[in-house]
Amino acid sequence: MTEPGGQVPSGPAERREPATGLTILGIETSCDETAAAVVTGGHDVLSSVVSSQVDIHARYGGVVPEIASRAHVELLTPVVAQAMVEAGVSDTEIGAVAATVGPGLVGSLLVGVSAAKAMALVWGVPFVGVNHLEAHIYAAFLEDPALEPPMVVLLVSGGHTMLVAFHGHGRYEVLGSTVDDAAGEAFDKVARYLGLGYPGGPAIDRVSMQGDPEAIAFPRPLRGEGFDFSFSGLKTSVVNHVRKHPDVRTEDVAASFQAAVVDVLVEKARRAAASIGATALCLGGGVAANSLLRERLLDACVVDGLHAFLPSRAMCTDNAAMVAAAAWYRLRADGPTGLDAGADPNLRLPSLVGR
Amino acid sequence: MTGPLVAVTRAVDDTKAVGAALAALAQAGDIVLLSGDLGTGKTAFTQGFAAGLGVTEQVVSPTFTLARDYDGRLRLHHLDVYRLDHLQEAIDLGLAELTDDGGVTVIEWGEVVIPTIPPDYLEVRLSYGEADDDRVVELVTVGVRWQARVRSLEAAIGPWRGGT
Repeated sequence: MTEPGGQVPSGPAERREPATGLTILGIETSCDETAAAVVTGGHDVLSSVVSSQVDIHARYGGVVPEIASRAHVELLTPVVAQAMVEAGVSDTEIGAVAATVGPGLVGSLLVGVSAAKAMALVWGVPFVGVNHLEAHIYAAFLEDPALEPPMVVLLVSGGHTMLVAFHGHGRYEVLGSTVDDAAGEAFDKVARYLGLGYPGGPAIDRVSMQGDPEAIAFPRPLRGEGFDFSFSGLKTSVVNHVRKHPDVRTEDVAASFQAAVVDVLVEKARRAAASIGATALCLGGGVAANSLLRERLLDACVVDGLHAFLPSRAMCTDNAAMVAAAAWYRLRADGPTGLDAGADPNLRLPSLVGR
Repeated sequence: MTGPLVAVTRAVDDTKAVGAALAALAQAGDIVLLSGDLGTGKTAFTQGFAAGLGVTEQVVSPTFTLARDYDGRLRLHHLDVYRLDHLQEAIDLGLAELTDDGGVTVIEWGEVVIPTIPPDYLEVRLSYGEADDDRVVELVTVGVRWQARVRSLEAAIGPWRGGT
C-alpha cells in the first residue's frame, strides 16, 4: 500500500501473488444497478451496496442507456462511500479496485471503469478489470465456498443466456448460448406485450401463479438439440396465440410461456452437467430469481444426484461483491489490468482458458 | 417516388433469405431501417442480411447492449433502438459516425431515428400476414442511394414478390 501520489503499480513487472487476505473494492455499473462492495480474500464480504434504477426505468419498459449512465454518475460516489463505511475500512486498507469492464451498456460501463481507475491511481493500488459473466460465476463461490469443479453454471439474465462448464478457477468453457434473444429479454418483451410492466421476469413469475402452465402448448425451441438456446420464436408464438385468441387469460399465457422457457433451460442444464461429468449445477443471473426455474432445477438436481447451487435473490441481480470476488482470482492469475484498458460492451467470456 | 415493393414470406427462413438477397446489394455507408411489431422477424431479417454479407459469427438480438458489430464483406453495425423513446438518445448513439466508417448499418425499430439521419436509407417494414408464419415485407427507398438500386431490389425479392 502506498500513500496518495505514490508509485502506480502497472504491468507484469509488478505482478506478484496478492496477499490471501487482500481487500478489494469492487464496482459494478454494467446495466441498471449501481453497486459497490468490499470483499476480503475473494470470499469474505464486508459490505455490498446495490442501488437499483429499476423504478427509474420502469416507465420506459426497459433500461434506457443514456438515463442509466447519468444515474450511475450520480449514484456511484455515495454508493462507494456507503460500501466503505459499512465495511468499516478506510481507503488505506483497500488493496485493489475492481470494476466490470464488459459486457454491458458502454456508457454505463465507462462510469464504473473510470471511477475505479481514478481511485486505483489516487490510492496507488492495482486496478482489475472484470468480465461481468465471470463475476456471475464467482457469485456462486461467495455463497457456497464448498462448491467444487467440475460444475456447470446456467447463467440467465436480460442480456445473457449461457451454459458454462467450470473446470477450475479461470478455466471454463462456454457450452452453449442463445442464438437470438436472451431468456430475460424474452420475459421482458412478452411481459411488455401482455401489458404486465417492467421488469418482466418478476411480473410473469407473479401472474403465472394464477395461471395454468399447460393451458397453451408453446414450442420448446431447440429442446434436446445441443446446448444453444433460442427464444425469439417462442416470443413470436406468444404473439401469434394472443392475436388469434384475444380472450385468452393473460395468466394462462404467462404461465405457459414461463413453463416453456423453464423446460428448455432445465433440460439443457441437466444434459450439460451430464456431458462434462459435473458434480454441481449452479444458477446465476437475474432470471435465477424465477421461482419456477429454481424449483424445477432443484428437483432435477435431486433426481440426478447433483449438488445444486441456487443463489439468494440478492446474489441473482447484479452486485459488486461478485465483481470483487472474481477480481481476487483474476489478480492472482493475471496481475493488475493496465490503466489504458477500456470498457468493452460486447466482451465475450473466453471460451476455454487452459482446461 | 413509387409505392413500396412488397414481398410475402411464408417462414422465418424466407425472411432470412430476403435479408440475404438484399445484403448482396449493400454498399459501404448504407443504412437499413427495420420496423415492425414484436415477433415479425426483425432479428431474423438481420441474421439473413448478415449471412449475405458473409458474417460467420452468430448474430443475436442487440437489445441489451444496443449495438453489436460484425465483420463481413462490409462491416455490419446492428443496432436496436427499441428502448429509445427520446430523440436525444438516438443522437447520443453517434449514428453519423457509425455510418461514416464504410460499414452497413441495420437499425431495428429504426423509425425512431429517422429525424437524426440523412434522408437516404432503405426502410424495411415487416408485418404479420394471413397465416401464423406469413410476413409481409415492404421495401421503401428514401433518397438517391437506394432509389438508384430499385430495379435490383425488385429482382432480389423476385421469388417472394406479392401485391403492390
